[in-house]
Amino acid sequence: MRIGVFVCQCGTNIAGTVDTEAVARDALRHPEVVYATSYMYTCSEPGQQQIQRAIEEQDLQGVVVAACSPRMHEPTFRRAVEKAGLNRYMFEMANIREHVSWISNDRAANTLKAADLVQMAVAKLRFNHPLFSSQVPINKRVMVIGGGVAGIQAALDCADGGLEVVMVERQPSIGGKMAKLDKTFPTVDCSSCILGPKMVDVVQKENIRLYAGSEVESVSGYIGNFTVQIRKKTTYVDWSLCTGCGLCMEKCPSRKVPDHFNEDLGNTRAISIPFPQAIPKKAAIDKEYCRQFSKGKCGVCKKICPVGAIDFDMEDEFISEEVGAVIVATGFDLFDHSVYGEYGGGRFPDVISGLQYERILSASGPFGGHIQRPSDGREPKNIVFIACVGSRDASVGRPYCSGVCCMYIAKQAILTRDHLPDANCYVFYMDIRSPGKNYDEFVRRAQEEYGVHYIRGRVGKIYPKNDHLIVQGADTLLGAQVEVEADLVVLATGIEAAAGAKELAEKLRISYDLHGFYMESHPKLRPVETNTAGVYLAGVCQGPKDIPSSVAQGSAAAAKVQALFYRDTIETSPQVALVNERACVACGKCIQVCPFGAIQWKQLRGGVQKAEVLASVCQGCGLCNATCPPKAVQLQHCTDSQILAEIDVLCA
Amino acid sequence: MKRSVAYYQGCSLEGLAVEYDLSTRAVCEALDIELVEIPDWSCCGSTPAHSYDPLLSAALAGRNLAIAEKLRCETVMTPCPGCLKSLKGALLTYHDTKDHDAFMELLAMPFAGQVKAVSLLQLLYEEVGPDLIGQRVLFPLTGLVLAPYYGCLLTRPAGFAQFDDPENPLSMDALLKAVGATVVDFPYKTECCGATYGVTRNAIVGKLAGRILDMAASLGAQALAVACPLCQQNLDLRQSQVDRYWKRRFGIPVLYITQLLGLAFGIDSRRLGLDKLFVDAAFITRTLHAPTEEVKAFQGN
Repeated sequence: MRIGVFVCQCGTNIAGTVDTEAVARDALRHPEVVYATSYMYTCSEPGQQQIQRAIEEQDLQGVVVAACSPRMHEPTFRRAVEKAGLNRYMFEMANIREHVSWISNDRAANTLKAADLVQMAVAKLRFNHPLFSSQVPINKRVMVIGGGVAGIQAALDCADGGLEVVMVERQPSIGGKMAKLDKTFPTVDCSSCILGPKMVDVVQKENIRLYAGSEVESVSGYIGNFTVQIRKKTTYVDWSLCTGCGLCMEKCPSRKVPDHFNEDLGNTRAISIPFPQAIPKKAAIDKEYCRQFSKGKCGVCKKICPVGAIDFDMEDEFISEEVGAVIVATGFDLFDHSVYGEYGGGRFPDVISGLQYERILSASGPFGGHIQRPSDGREPKNIVFIACVGSRDASVGRPYCSGVCCMYIAKQAILTRDHLPDANCYVFYMDIRSPGKNYDEFVRRAQEEYGVHYIRGRVGKIYPKNDHLIVQGADTLLGAQVEVEADLVVLATGIEAAAGAKELAEKLRISYDLHGFYMESHPKLRPVETNTAGVYLAGVCQGPKDIPSSVAQGSAAAAKVQALFYRDTIETSPQVALVNERACVACGKCIQVCPFGAIQWKQLRGGVQKAEVLASVCQGCGLCNATCPPKAVQLQHCTDSQILAEIDVLCA
Repeated sequence: MKRSVAYYQGCSLEGLAVEYDLSTRAVCEALDIELVEIPDWSCCGSTPAHSYDPLLSAALAGRNLAIAEKLRCETVMTPCPGCLKSLKGALLTYHDTKDHDAFMELLAMPFAGQVKAVSLLQLLYEEVGPDLIGQRVLFPLTGLVLAPYYGCLLTRPAGFAQFDDPENPLSMDALLKAVGATVVDFPYKTECCGATYGVTRNAIVGKLAGRILDMAASLGAQALAVACPLCQQNLDLRQSQVDRYWKRRFGIPVLYITQLLGLAFGIDSRRLGLDKLFVDAAFITRTLHAPTEEVKAFQGN
């Protein structure tokens, strides 16, 4: 084979700590390497042209590029060699940036390692064969997981483009966290007034199928052809009959049920519709508090329901949906502030979270929009807001900024002064982060027009004294200690990854970061794609962000899906397992280990059984290859002989 | 079952806090804990050592741990939170991959880092437990209202202390309740007493110690319970200075937890060093319940 080797300098990224010229010279030691060179930016247009020219002039049959991670530019170079007439699989990449130059400053050792990696790639390339992909049809339906504002936006945009959408929401109603907010910054417009119409659109669009109170159970398949199992959690109410009239809720005798929609500030009934604007507006039974389940008798709702929708024998239902793409918009949860002992560790009822205060402010909240203390219902006179609770604090494992708290405190303080003009608002902050459009002006309004007292410093202790909460803190600008006799303390609790985010990521085979937020394909250039083709991200599940950014990502993810679905077919990767039927002893081990169910039995003439790989299902993981005793299953482009050839070079 | 722990009393307990030493020995004896005094023990280095060089501090404290380890003691107990921090620092330094070699070179004696360092409070709370301590009570402190004051160091820094809650500790509360006392929910249980500013800038102690006494008084506490010699010194020895600063008379006795447990166990107040206190605590002994018949029979044995 006539092989060409191209060593990229990547500016100084590689050349800074690797002698790329020496690596190229070393490559020429191999008898089949007929051409080797080093270039400043091999991925640039002239860099690619250099490769194409060399293929032509040197009559190359295979190409090795030593550069960055194949995750970065393998597709680029494969296209380049294909344009010059080679099969795209007659190309190998040696990663001498992420694996060499970026991890060590020892130039001599780096150069040696880079040269070794190049020799390994050359050894593998000698066993490469041209491979050809096939086309499979795309199922032009899209699933949106999560019905918060990001998911709603993505679903509506897809539906507007004519796509069939399947939306899965864990809670009994869509709307997400935004449905719990009173007003939104920096315009102070009513959250449910701007979200409500979008929620209604979701149920009114004929091409959106909504599964509320449901969760993703499992995901199989691949881009263009996913199969998703959905668990529809039982509500003990037949939603096809329920009209949302609310009679059951009125009559339910179990009245001390923590109202999760109101952040546990008030009580609801054991059968309830979460909030007036809920979509779908259907009742659900909380089994834990329902007397029919706890005491074995009651059934008031069953008797009262005019349409006979109550069914205590209902069970979880499983539904399978086939889709071509998945948009993940699973949102976030609130940091649990009880880990902060200095703020009372959750012991004081009048030290509340930001979202709890949001419910207090809301007209449909537990107190009808009247600001009062959860403990005794008294109207507060002095209200203290504490920023960065569970944000920018490595000691509680949350070193990141939640990005929205500075703004929502300013909003809540403004609303407080609107509701109670005589109340004093104090904000303890570390820094004010308000980089959005009209955001800083909004904070200035809180300070200047609304007279909110901003104190730069942290709070060291909160303790009850008589009827008040004494808030001790520091004013680091004055270098003085501050004590506020507060009636209510609102903690600006930060954002953390949603409960169950990691489990869902594993089902979808997407990755997540240290804090459980989903990883985008590229932090700048591919912000809504994941490294699993066909799976896209929107909203806070990818990282803390505000409503405008979440909505923008929802639309961006929808646009990505539209672009994918513009084509009718998708190319499959030929890097899949292949059974050599002559060697197969029909032991069935490969069928057992395949995590994707991609291998099945095939009947030959005379009733002989052999294993057969379904190329369209195989993900190319190689488990079957490693398991097969007679080595009859070989993963194309990563065969045993290719791996052994690499090892031989390394051990030479 | 008799327990045996190495006892590192530290310098305070030889001087100003001698009553802490006396009461610790008496209470441990009553609870069947054998205190093995570390032979030829040396100073932990205190504040000067760790502010000058943490490694020096680790080695000074480590020497005492190494001797205890040689005596095959599994646990080293110290009543002083300052000493405890030095001992824990030595263990952390030993287990730190970066500092280990330098530490061992400076220590220059065999040490395997196997001993555990605990405070007296931790020993009483975790190893003995409130239940067992409650069973040992002869004179319950019924009716005595106490404010438990832990000070800044006993449970902090959290990573160092690895004991109780750093912001709202409850171990001393539990022990005092076990011996029958009424314990107030004391918000200032971990606030600063002024520490060594008593020597250099006395007014700071006047202000800070006064806040603690003021809070205790406002909650109706008759006495403070402490577990730190320096806290006790600022609140008790300097209480007359605090009085002058606040222009009022607090008159709140400040007792070591061991003195209070000892009284409940029926140990003679002189063996507990109650006479060493500056703010008189005699009313506590006077109001202790008279022994019941059962108790008299027990004492007869």
